Amino acid sequence: MGSPSSAKLVNVALEERAHRIRRLAVRLGEVQGQGYVGQALGFSDVLAVTYFHALIYKPDDPDWEGRDRLYLSMGHYAIALYAAMIEAGILPEDELETYGADGSRMPMSGMAACTPGMEITGGSLGHGLGIAVGAALGLKRKRSSSFVYNMLSDGELGEGSTWEAAMSAAHHKLDNLIAIVDFNNQQADGPSRQMLCSEPLDAKFEAFGWHVQRIDGNDIGHLVEAFDRARACAEARPRVIICDTIMCKGVPFLEQRDKAHFIRVEPHEWELALAALDEGRPR
Amino acid sequence: MNRSSHESRASDPGGPRLKTSAMIASLAAEGMPTKPAPFGHALCDVARQRDDIVGMTADLGKYTDLYVFAEQFPDRFYQMGMAEQLLVSAAAGMAREGFTVFATTYAVFASRRAYDFICMAIAEDSLDVKIVCALPGLTTGYGPSHQATEDLAIFRGLPNMTIIDPCDATDTEQATHAIAAYKGPVYMRLLRGQVPDVLGEYGYTFELGKARMLRDGNDVLFVSTGLMTMRALAAARHLRKDGVDCAVLHVPTVKPLDTETLLEAAGKTGRMVVVAENHTVIGGLGEGVARTLLGAGVAPKFRHIGLPDAFLDAGALPTLHDRYGLSENAVCASVKGWLDA
Repeated sequence: MGSPSSAKLVNVALEERAHRIRRLAVRLGEVQGQGYVGQALGFSDVLAVTYFHALIYKPDDPDWEGRDRLYLSMGHYAIALYAAMIEAGILPEDELETYGADGSRMPMSGMAACTPGMEITGGSLGHGLGIAVGAALGLKRKRSSSFVYNMLSDGELGEGSTWEAAMSAAHHKLDNLIAIVDFNNQQADGPSRQMLCSEPLDAKFEAFGWHVQRIDGNDIGHLVEAFDRARACAEARPRVIICDTIMCKGVPFLEQRDKAHFIRVEPHEWELALAALDEGRPR
Repeated sequence: MNRSSHESRASDPGGPRLKTSAMIASLAAEGMPTKPAPFGHALCDVARQRDDIVGMTADLGKYTDLYVFAEQFPDRFYQMGMAEQLLVSAAAGMAREGFTVFATTYAVFASRRAYDFICMAIAEDSLDVKIVCALPGLTTGYGPSHQATEDLAIFRGLPNMTIIDPCDATDTEQATHAIAAYKGPVYMRLLRGQVPDVLGEYGYTFELGKARMLRDGNDVLFVSTGLMTMRALAAARHLRKDGVDCAVLHVPTVKPLDTETLLEAAGKTGRMVVVAENHTVIGGLGEGVARTLLGAGVAPKFRHIGLPDAFLDAGALPTLHDRYGLSENAVCASVKGWLDA
């Protein structure tokens, strides 16, 4: 049994963690020859700071009562979470090759019943924040000091249920709830702002009674500050960190490709993507 | 009635003035014994023994009898506002933290509005949430916006979900204790307010997953659930006077169905099987029973009392129960017609 873990205990820089999460995500994508790699690459910095700076957990005991809860509302980001959980030691790296295969503990869309550390079944978008409200209420009932982190995508902001939950979180003064919005401005049919515009998003959350931060979600320094501020804030309000991210971040030839929800990667490009990541590796 | 007609309909000055029922009309016939808020009081009994019980509602505490619990356990009561998707999602989150959650609303809102959330946030991982819903089937005269005529069909299709349709106050009280003791998701139809109390004289006890033979008879076997068991019992007494001998098998657990008891009862030859339910004839108890019987090669004469595949009228509940075949008189007439045919 390890002590509550984070990278603070390990001498690996967060930039290096993010790099390794990106590499793992690309390798996972290669297993199926497809996947939501673009989202994973864009979200890797957020996950590095989440798992190696902010989140309290024990890698070998995913159900440990004292842990912070992490809810992945956008289930299709599972590939990103698996990558982060492999890096964090929650999932073994040698299971990577089973991604999306029959009987795997790593299905393409996240399922609570399948995977250690996957706390909810997301994927039907707009569910996570409401479940997080209930968990945050439950934790307060238990007088627990744990936080609930709910990861959601910008597309999910179109679901009315997200706003029912946002209103409720403020009503119940859930200062133990931290929502992380990955704003990559991309959803299934095109740019999120052109589908159902949620802007000005920071003003919306403020109007709903939340403590709001909007940052460059690919900037590790800004992420660390934002997570620290969200945790330390004394206001009796739920907190949201809106992370503006770039799809495919770290792989320039994919960043420049026509943006798509489900990014096209040719068979020979997986190796090129890893090479591109290594070329941009932080020093 | 042509529901699309907007022509004026002046009242008949000589006719009786039947008013639209109150939002939740009492189902008690004249002189029938009743109990107030059996669910609310039973839940309090459970909660006195168990600290992990919490109650949640979406602005319908008053009309689902959860107010009784809220008054006695204010710190365990969560008012989630008029937001049913949030209600069931938050119930799921609370259950993930180890609580047994009783979440209440109207059956139309749980089944139609919150279905995806019940499906994925609760049922998929078998969380310990009890969804207890007033106005099941045709129990209000407010029209289709409030009449959950297809809720059983919707929830029967949902894996992991246990479905209960209690008959009366005794059934509701005992079922509340039983579902609290069971770990897993449950959808329970709720009769609230002054609820008829009729099963006591049959020595009845509720057991989760079990059907109960309330009376035996040689000509007709009613297989009934919910308030239709009350109607079947009344019809059986009435038909006895006409020389028709009716058995009544009460099936409060609609899913999973007690197929063993059902097959044993329906396998007794010579009886017409009449399924009676407060629900559309599509996708409810009737189809479940028919599938069970056919699958086992049991093929008695089979008839079905249920609501038509239609959006129903608004109006006074007794009128509507007559119109759609759920009243005692309508049940008797149907059975006699089928026996004569």
